[in-house]
Amino acid sequence: MQLQGIEIDVARRGTGQPMLLLHGGGGPAGKQPFFDQLTQHFDVIAPTHPGFGGRKIPDHFDRIDDLVFLYLDLLEELDLRDVILLGFSMGGWTAAELATMTTERLSRLILVSSVGVKIGGREDRDIADVFAISSEQLAEIMYHDPSLAVDVTKLPDEQLQIIAANRIALGVYTWEPYMHNPKLPGRLHRIKIPTHFVWGASDGLVTLDYGRAFCAMISGATMTVIERAGHSPQIEQAEQFVDAVLALTGKESGR
Amino acid sequence: MKTWWFTENCYPHLPEESSYRSIRVSLPNINCDPEIASDLYNRYLDLWCACEETGLGIMLNEHHQTATCMIPAGPIMLGILARVTSTARLLILGNPLPNRSQPVRVAEEMALIDVISKGRLECGFVRSVPYEAAAANILPYRGAERLWEAHDLILKAWTTHDGPFNFEGRWYHHRQVNIWPRPYQQPHPPVWVTMGSAASSVKVAEHKHIGAVFLAGYPQIRNIYDGYRQAYLDTHGSHAPLDRLAYLGLCYVGENEREAAEGAKKLMWYMESNKVPPEFSNPPGYHSPQISAQVMNGVTRSGVPTQPKLNEQMAVGNVFAGTPDQVFEQIKDLWEYSGGFGHMLIMGHAGFLSDKDAVKSMKLYSKEVYPRLKELTANADPAELWERSQAMPPKAHVDLGNFGIEFVR
Repeated sequence: MQLQGIEIDVARRGTGQPMLLLHGGGGPAGKQPFFDQLTQHFDVIAPTHPGFGGRKIPDHFDRIDDLVFLYLDLLEELDLRDVILLGFSMGGWTAAELATMTTERLSRLILVSSVGVKIGGREDRDIADVFAISSEQLAEIMYHDPSLAVDVTKLPDEQLQIIAANRIALGVYTWEPYMHNPKLPGRLHRIKIPTHFVWGASDGLVTLDYGRAFCAMISGATMTVIERAGHSPQIEQAEQFVDAVLALTGKESGR
Repeated sequence: MKTWWFTENCYPHLPEESSYRSIRVSLPNINCDPEIASDLYNRYLDLWCACEETGLGIMLNEHHQTATCMIPAGPIMLGILARVTSTARLLILGNPLPNRSQPVRVAEEMALIDVISKGRLECGFVRSVPYEAAAANILPYRGAERLWEAHDLILKAWTTHDGPFNFEGRWYHHRQVNIWPRPYQQPHPPVWVTMGSAASSVKVAEHKHIGAVFLAGYPQIRNIYDGYRQAYLDTHGSHAPLDRLAYLGLCYVGENEREAAEGAKKLMWYMESNKVPPEFSNPPGYHSPQISAQVMNGVTRSGVPTQPKLNEQMAVGNVFAGTPDQVFEQIKDLWEYSGGFGHMLIMGHAGFLSDKDAVKSMKLYSKEVYPRLKELTANADPAELWERSQAMPPKAHVDLGNFGIEFVR
């Protein structure tokens, strides 16, 4: 679809309550098993952030705000209401920013392994510098079971180029201040809808302690911890993850 | 042909290579002994003073957080040279504009050096290498865009003399620009910009700046120069003079082949020591997704090769080494193939090469090679050279004959 004159890929599958799903720095998640499972319960609307998935980054895009305003427009354009806004990692940051602006069309916010705030002091590295570590180190901090990391050297060139472009887009949106907005904590009080955090117990990119501190910044927010999962619990423990989302949204798992 | 002599001011006393992951960005500075560094800086300054004595131009650059180049602030080193030399022209190639947050400060620094040196500054602007992204904490995406915006601001700052002007661009904002001093050279010092592709050469040519190419060798040189020459012709309706193009290679001149090969092998430290892992050589947005993907899967290493062989590097035109006759022929071959250039930039010191050997090569070059290169280029016609170059079939390397065959393994 077109928004702000930009061509945007939006996957929309399933029926039920609308769920706007914002992906993380790894790129769109439409082909993951958890995605299919969510579509059995929700009307899942999953845009690909411009710059990811092989799309060009619009010339004027350079901050997470650009995504926030894009998705505010998307909510209006599709006239979505009673929306569950769910974001992973940098998509979680985007979701939190959006919810500080308006929750008019939202009923619930779910932040999974979300970045976006600074927790520690200026010399604390709250969020691992993914641009300054080796692919082996990245696998160690991303996964509970690092053997799940994709060996990029075995991918076809076309796919690898998309991964490389995704990495550039992640850099564009998150480079400085790194993966956070210093203003965000002072705005989180504006989020007055039910808010939930979901976190992998073994997340080394943003630790569970970070998640708990972030969670404490939003009044009434809850924390669900997924065991044996790292930064992507939706991939490492898809069933537990989907069950957690269903429990948080008052749906039956059907299993 | 004008020649410029260059050393990166390395700190070669490194721990065992297997003990560190990268010579750039992350090598702890406990490995840098300030006492040794002090001696090195003073030696390197002496080498540049020797350039002046032998009639060569002086060239320097800057890098950050690395033992390969201990100059994190090129303008400071150039400021010293502006004072301790009196005739040599002073080329900084260059100021890494996308990584500098205040272009106006760069304009001021350069004007200061130009004034102290009484107009001897040659001012280079570079996008800089990928390893600088982490050290500068600057996202390299859209780096060329930042470079040209900073360039425009600097040139306006140099050439505006009637009080403050306003600049509110995409990347840089400065509402009261009015630099003191203004440059000594009018309207401004010569500007150099590095070029890595035909596409990146277009704006350089449009501005009539000097386009410099580093270590592109036979495989790349013609493509980049042709891009420049075509853009120059299209924009200005005349052929680019030879003095608009420059080429940098490593160079060692010896009295005989054995001496030359030994010196050149020491220069190869520059390439051999450049151990940099992908996370620093492939920051997001420096390379296109296509090149970035190649770095990720190990097909391409970013930057200079880390296991180079002298004979291969000579064959591709990155290293010139031999007797004066041989070095002249090697440079002449590349010069003709490339369609001609007016500036030869030579890296004449690296690694553990002694000052004595560096100066010996410098003097041999100056006495035996330089006059012949000047003669070669003095009356060369750019249009005719370009035509002759285009008639030559593409080649990736040259035949070096038997040079150094017994020394290079």
